[in-house]
Amino acid sequence: MDRRQFFKLCACGATTSAISALGLMPGTAMAAPREYKLLRAKETRNNCCYCSVGCGLLMYSHGSNGKNAEKAIFHIEGDADHPVNRGALCPKGAGLVDYVNSPNRNHFPEVREPGSNEWKRISWDEAFSRIARLMKDDRDENLIEKNSDGTTVNRWLSTGMMTSSAQPNEGGFITHKFARSLGLVAIDTIARN
Amino acid sequence: MTNHWIDIKNSNVVVIMGGNAAEAHPVGFGWVTEAMEHNNAKLVVVDPRFNRSAALADCYAPLRSGTDIAFLLGLCRYLIETKQVNYEYVKAYTNASYIIREDFEFNEGLFSGFDDKSRTYDKDSWYYELDEDGYAKVDETYEHPRCVWNLLKQHVDRYDFETVSNITGTPVEDYEKVCALIGSTHVHDKAATFMYALGWTHHTKGAQNIRSMALVQLLLGNIGVLGGGVNALRGHSNVQGATDMGLLCQNLPGYLKLPNDNDTDLTTYLNNYTPKALRPGQTNYWSNYPKFFISQMKSFWGEHATAANSFGYDWLPKWDLQYDFTKHIDMMYKGQVNGYFVQGVNAINSMPNRNKTLAALCKLKYLVVMDPLATETSVFWQKAGEFNDVQPSEIQTQVFRLPTTLFAEEEGCIVNSGRWMQWHWKGANPPGESKPDAEILSGILMKLRELYKAEGGVLPEPIEAVNWAGYHNPYFPHGEEVAKELNGIDLKTGKQLDSFSQLKDDGSTSCGCWIYSGSWTEEGNMMARRDNSDTSGKGITPGWAFSWPQNRRVLYNRASCDVNGKPWDPKRMIVEWNHGKWHGIDVGDFNMTLPPQESAHPFIMQPEGVGRFFSLKLLAEGPFPEHYEPMESPIGTNPLHPNVVSNPAVRLLEGVESTLGSHNEFPYVCTTYSLTEHFNFWTIHCRLAAISMPETFVELDEILAAKKGIANGDWVKVSSKRGSLLTKALVTKRLQPLKVHGQMVHTVGLPRHGGHNALTRRSYSCNVLTTEVGDANTQVPEFKAFLVDIAKAEGV
Amino acid sequence: MSAQDIILSSGTSELTPAAQVRRKLSKVAKLFDATKCNGCKACQVSCSEWNDLRAPVGSFQGSYQNPMDLSSECWTLMKYQEVERDNKLNWRFAHSACMHCDDPACLTACSTKGAIVQHANGVVDFDSDKCTGCGYCVSACPFDVPRLDPIDQKAYKCTMCSDRIQVGQEPACVKSCITGALKYGTREDMLFIADLRIKELRKRGYVNAGLYNPEGVGGTGMIMILHDINKPQDYGLPADPKTSVPVKLWQDVVKPLGAAGIMATVAVACLHRITVGRNLVEEDEPAAFDHTHEDKSDKE
Repeated sequence: MDRRQFFKLCACGATTSAISALGLMPGTAMAAPREYKLLRAKETRNNCCYCSVGCGLLMYSHGSNGKNAEKAIFHIEGDADHPVNRGALCPKGAGLVDYVNSPNRNHFPEVREPGSNEWKRISWDEAFSRIARLMKDDRDENLIEKNSDGTTVNRWLSTGMMTSSAQPNEGGFITHKFARSLGLVAIDTIARN
Repeated sequence: MTNHWIDIKNSNVVVIMGGNAAEAHPVGFGWVTEAMEHNNAKLVVVDPRFNRSAALADCYAPLRSGTDIAFLLGLCRYLIETKQVNYEYVKAYTNASYIIREDFEFNEGLFSGFDDKSRTYDKDSWYYELDEDGYAKVDETYEHPRCVWNLLKQHVDRYDFETVSNITGTPVEDYEKVCALIGSTHVHDKAATFMYALGWTHHTKGAQNIRSMALVQLLLGNIGVLGGGVNALRGHSNVQGATDMGLLCQNLPGYLKLPNDNDTDLTTYLNNYTPKALRPGQTNYWSNYPKFFISQMKSFWGEHATAANSFGYDWLPKWDLQYDFTKHIDMMYKGQVNGYFVQGVNAINSMPNRNKTLAALCKLKYLVVMDPLATETSVFWQKAGEFNDVQPSEIQTQVFRLPTTLFAEEEGCIVNSGRWMQWHWKGANPPGESKPDAEILSGILMKLRELYKAEGGVLPEPIEAVNWAGYHNPYFPHGEEVAKELNGIDLKTGKQLDSFSQLKDDGSTSCGCWIYSGSWTEEGNMMARRDNSDTSGKGITPGWAFSWPQNRRVLYNRASCDVNGKPWDPKRMIVEWNHGKWHGIDVGDFNMTLPPQESAHPFIMQPEGVGRFFSLKLLAEGPFPEHYEPMESPIGTNPLHPNVVSNPAVRLLEGVESTLGSHNEFPYVCTTYSLTEHFNFWTIHCRLAAISMPETFVELDEILAAKKGIANGDWVKVSSKRGSLLTKALVTKRLQPLKVHGQMVHTVGLPRHGGHNALTRRSYSCNVLTTEVGDANTQVPEFKAFLVDIAKAEGV
Repeated sequence: MSAQDIILSSGTSELTPAAQVRRKLSKVAKLFDATKCNGCKACQVSCSEWNDLRAPVGSFQGSYQNPMDLSSECWTLMKYQEVERDNKLNWRFAHSACMHCDDPACLTACSTKGAIVQHANGVVDFDSDKCTGCGYCVSACPFDVPRLDPIDQKAYKCTMCSDRIQVGQEPACVKSCITGALKYGTREDMLFIADLRIKELRKRGYVNAGLYNPEGVGGTGMIMILHDINKPQDYGLPADPKTSVPVKLWQDVVKPLGAAGIMATVAVACLHRITVGRNLVEEDEPAAFDHTHEDKSDKE
């Protein structure tokens, strides 16, 4: 603010309030203080990821869905067409936008080496290669092909898996095929707790 | 849920017990208030705590955690005594008239066949008496002393009001009120629904808690009708889907069984799991088991599954023991496990007995954590003061942390409690380099294939054979492709199947999960449908998404009408036989080409077609529920049979007995739960949720607080035999001590919340305290009833 | 485009009303039915989410109530009280936010033109850009709702989501409400629904159920059904709220007098500006004299 602007402002501001306080100035009409923020935002339908009521969501992201806008979700509210929630959401669901945009999201594949006290960023290819190596070594050493009665059992007990119950069915089915084809028996889900 | 969320509006009495719908399933609870407002329904809440469900209840009754069976068996007794039984329903649709074997008995807390050493039952006597054709004998006169009805009456006779009150601590007058309200629904034109969740499953007799409620609902004729049912509210958004997908140690998708060592070959396996009808003229739907299984093997192994190799049967791993997570963590603790994948679970704060889990993870060679969030599990090797007291340099585990997408960043189907398969769409790209789980696992699988090709190794065949060829990009199977695979196709024509009735056992159909058939047909994606019209006004929306099986919204709905196909209550018509045909507002849960008398077996998945008061050999601890104390009992005895205090059939892993505390040392019952603002360990990373509930606390009653000199907001130490934690006290009227077996029992409530790596205040995780002993059938740990001591403490 | 529906505006008098030709818009209201509320906080979180507010993460203070109080970053708050009546425990939940009084004390107390307005639909809205941070609205409000922001020194409160209402949507809190404890519609409809509900409640045994719509502030744009209308304190509500006498005096008597004083101040300010310079003034009150706000409203 330069000297001249300040002077103008000071004078105008004070005069305006004085005159209006005296009831001498006609009122200027005002628009609503805040513009509606969703007017043309891209709307995507989804379902809440928390409990199993399965409420319908409307997610709003930046851009018009054009190829040059990176869609980032900035608002989520209930889907009024959804027959179960009819637009309503619980406080967890109502705050979902902060879950999606949590500062504690993971961004890159990382490894923590034995005895180390830090993460090291690695590429996906390195992650896949190293994990596959560890799995194969363990499986080749510990897969039980036959039990003591000679029955083919093909089970691998020295590696296990705790699976997600928030991923879609399709991911779940891929997980199941992945695990059983390797011989994993000890797969479980948080359904138990 | 046998019914679905909207259907709650049709109830006359809503019972919330073993759950807290207002807090854990808030929007579902909206249908309870709907029933109260528009159907004049009464809400009954039975819970150790006066919670936010109780705040709106017409009738609240407290009970001591872990005594639900006594409460419900007393209710059964009351219903029988006062003749508030739906007799027509019981006669037509339950096994009340079936005759049980002569060698079955129940004595002093034990059923026949118990073996002390192995803590298991020989269940042979828990069965029907069969006639020469292999059918169960029945006595329609109900005079036979061993018919199920008489055995049931005898079994529940011990549970009179005083006995129940003495065990549960529920004041008799509250108990009577609850009984009368629920009993009022035995008439044809009224129904009660029970809404339950982890409050019933987190016990050493969780499955029997639910069985007890099923007995009540069968007595009242409330299953298969609008506004009734057995309604598990479930947990995660897709835990229903995860169980449908068989992500459990003994399952395959669609509730098929993972073979065990006794299923030596395909023929034996199919024989063992394809039941024979126990009464004449049954649908006995599981008789189609081979069609479901062979079609599944075709989807697993593709063209590599042939009749010549038993459709790849031998490639499936076979189990010899139940390797649930508690068992596997125990093996890990003993150094028998090298690798572990943790996908979307904060294992270290979720598994019972955190200290043991931490020690177990330290013994792994490698841990792969796939998660959208930086969980405490992924940094179990990092020191975080008292919260995670470790020395990183001493931990030799290689840990991989792989970033995954979450719901908003992927397409696919999740299944809600009402079995609705709902398709969702991607709204944004994930942060950084995050990938969907399916893409990550495919990436690892492709690397394994390369390694086995290059080096050879043990049993490479299934890794080569597993069917990834059907995906246009084997490195990233798309949701749509997999969804079509789950629905199933006719391999001859290449067309999507319409229904599981088209499945074959000769390898000519492929289907990942038989119950999902019909979800993606030649017509397209049925799960993505969005017609919300409810023309009947009863909350049935057949054009919204797809409800497995067959888009059926209310299971067992044949039981909504009598044997002749006439609805018990015309206002609650789901299906009816009219002018020689079935009509209805929902897809019938029976063969709708059959006339009513021939289809009058509503429980089509059972080989006898009826609901079971006597559950045969299905559960580990008995064909009838019985009250057993929690493993850690605040009274140290069982008033019914002091020699059998707690569930005799629980699994006690080696060394676990010594981790159980006694009521002398730890006098207070502790129960864990989530509040409305909590969702496991996700909301702690969400700022809006963290603002609404920023820190952990423990709830205790005013009398206990005064006795211990604890004021509201004080720091306290809560300890169990397994560990201790510091937190703040919330002193409240909503918890009250209960008079049990001559003593006052105090309950402290510990919300399961917080962590040391989140947006909320740094805090201990409550699984420091919990026991790993679980339900005798499911091994779900007893998170809801264990013993602690509490004392005032200095703050963190 | 101006709203042309401002039926009351701070800093003006009846002789010179704001543009309000659209005054025949029907009044709206939020109906909070305490007998249906289960204290879930969906309204509270939705409010913060929609309005892009994030209060600091607090700490446990002995209650489910978090944050502990309304603030410039928390416009809607669930309040919790355990009350024993007739030997029965009741857990009372109160949806605490602006009441949108018909006779708004905040607006009466405010001397800055257009900083507080009342639209023809009854919504009392703050145009915080115009706010000078004097805090009169805070002390005048009989419900203790508006709060000054500690950083920008402006007053804030619930707008009834005036941005949603103007495009035809319900407020964010109402949309989320899971049990239907919050409803939104024309004031006429809300009063009608409330009347039916209260009759129903009396039948169900709540003989003292009633509507909280206090006369002392001319009625409110948020009306409330209470289990016992004689005990508003169970919900943290005042029994008989009214615009206080000093506030009324301020508007009707003191303010006109003060205008003369302001004229004098202008003269002093000019003199001060010329003789001393601007540095001190700007450092003292940067937000209050932020010219960007003024420029913006000039354009509108």
